[in-house]
Amino acid sequence: MSAITAENLVKVFPSRSGEVRALDGVDLDVPAGSVLGLLGPNGAGKTTAVRILATLMAPDAGRATVNGIDVASDPQGVRRSIGLSGQYSAVDEYLTGRENLEMVARLYHLPMAQARARAAELLAEFDLVEAADRAAKTYSGGMRRRLDLAGALVARPPIIFLDEPTTGLDPRSRIGLWEVIEGLVAKGTTVLLTTQYLDEADKLADTIAVVDRGRVIARGTSDQLKAEVGGERLAVTVPAGQMTDARVVLEALATGTIDADEHSHQLVAPVSGGAATLLEAVRAFDDRHVEILDIGLRRPTLDDVFLQLTGHHAEADGRAGAGPTPPGGASGTVTAATADVPPSDSQQEAH
Amino acid sequence: MSDLAQSVSDTRTITRRNLTRLRRQPDSIVFGIIQSVMFVLLFAFVFGGAIAVPGGGDYTNYLMGGIFVQTVAFTCATTCVAMADDLSRGLFDRFRSLPMARSAVLAGRTFADLAFAGVTTVAMALTGLLVGWRTDAPALSVMGAFALLALFAYAFLWIGAVIGLSVRSVEVAQTAGLIWLFPLTFMSNAFVPLESMPTWLQPIAAWNPISSVAAAVRELFGNVPAGYVPPDYWPLQNPVLSSVLWCLVILAVFVPLGVTRYRRAASR
Repeated sequence: MSAITAENLVKVFPSRSGEVRALDGVDLDVPAGSVLGLLGPNGAGKTTAVRILATLMAPDAGRATVNGIDVASDPQGVRRSIGLSGQYSAVDEYLTGRENLEMVARLYHLPMAQARARAAELLAEFDLVEAADRAAKTYSGGMRRRLDLAGALVARPPIIFLDEPTTGLDPRSRIGLWEVIEGLVAKGTTVLLTTQYLDEADKLADTIAVVDRGRVIARGTSDQLKAEVGGERLAVTVPAGQMTDARVVLEALATGTIDADEHSHQLVAPVSGGAATLLEAVRAFDDRHVEILDIGLRRPTLDDVFLQLTGHHAEADGRAGAGPTPPGGASGTVTAATADVPPSDSQQEAH
Repeated sequence: MSDLAQSVSDTRTITRRNLTRLRRQPDSIVFGIIQSVMFVLLFAFVFGGAIAVPGGGDYTNYLMGGIFVQTVAFTCATTCVAMADDLSRGLFDRFRSLPMARSAVLAGRTFADLAFAGVTTVAMALTGLLVGWRTDAPALSVMGAFALLALFAYAFLWIGAVIGLSVRSVEVAQTAGLIWLFPLTFMSNAFVPLESMPTWLQPIAAWNPISSVAAAVRELFGNVPAGYVPPDYWPLQNPVLSSVLWCLVILAVFVPLGVTRYRRAASR
């Protein structure tokens, strides 16, 4: 049974330069008890999709159901089946952790005694007992997120939406929150989570939908998406002045687009043939007197998937992100919008 | 639970949340009290000697009706800012994702701010008594005056809530919630009698809800000099009735407007 379905969701926002199609025909189908990760960069439309499914916003076109209930015709029914943990902590800073949870429980219309009991239970479960009677404004970022997530779970909803649950958290809090989410999934909760972190989608999601500019551009399991990109990656770091030479060497070995990062002087090429290819590469670099600072083979990551699908990196870090602008004179620039592996003579020019 | 019982329960929960917030920010209460005390003292001492009260009464007795109305009207600026502030935070997304009554967030806000207006009203009454304000009306009439002030405050808080839901930031709310209150309260009989205004201004001031409520409160407090003939405008000749009507009209317009705005604010 599908816990969440969406058909051709469209949402258009007015903007200074006309309009932004935040969602441009999104279809989703999340089986009950599974985890769908919406993966995409900032502004891809992930949050808009969650807001529509959580009844905070109406779509301009398309339809969606949550727990079998239509979001447009029975939003209150949907609200009874979901928990939402948004991008910004939904916590009242002047209330204590306990008061926050009791308030949410009362708004789910639990009787006072039950509201108290449920709040105490969640505080224990989320390791907030010691801080329970302190105002939430004294909480650390990780504690706030835990309190926020606890609030989403007050009514034990069968479906929860997590909008970038770990954005802005330190690595330790992040892993802690992952464990909590894995615990929920183990109990059979359906989870739709959005993230711009590839490792997070990789770790938590059963199925990943890659979202870019309001569209789902690929979907599948983490392994399927990686398989779509194929083979291993040969990553080599060379001195700044030898990037061009290194590229020539790699072109002879690569089975696809070479990604070069001017900043870290690293080139990444999809290859096949494993260790033999690595040896061949080392020899070839030596022949051309290219100094190797670091070299290795690795499995493709979701970042590679994203680069392959969209022509730009998933995480906004200033690398090769401008994608579609072809560098002067280069004929082979590829900004693949499909999952097709580009021919090996094409190059992704770095700038 | 029936829909009505749910709305009542949700409104109570949100009111409690707002009152707890208020209690944990005692400085906002303290400054609210300082502001109302300051207004009483400033007007009583600065204008006290300069303004002749029609019918030959004491200015402090004239002033208190006006200053009560002005201060409770200004409370709606607090509502405006609080509403805009709440709206800009993640907590509102949580509220909207809960199966709670849509009106509860607004009702809970206005009820809590009404309590705040009550606190400042008590502070003003005490300051008034210190500077010579006296009431010799029957207890029931005095209670009626405070009840009318509460009704008027509540109606105005909804205007503040609607403005707070309409502006795009807390910074704008701070100004937008306040500026319109200055002409409104000063172009009324709150501080100076209608009779001293230019003739073109008099009808505007007479049909100003602030004037109606100020006149009604004066009447109920027994602060109208014997033999005073009110100006020839219906609202001022029937101040209590016109005040109640004004409050009902404001509520009839701004309650549905507020609920609609709250719903629409969801799609921002």
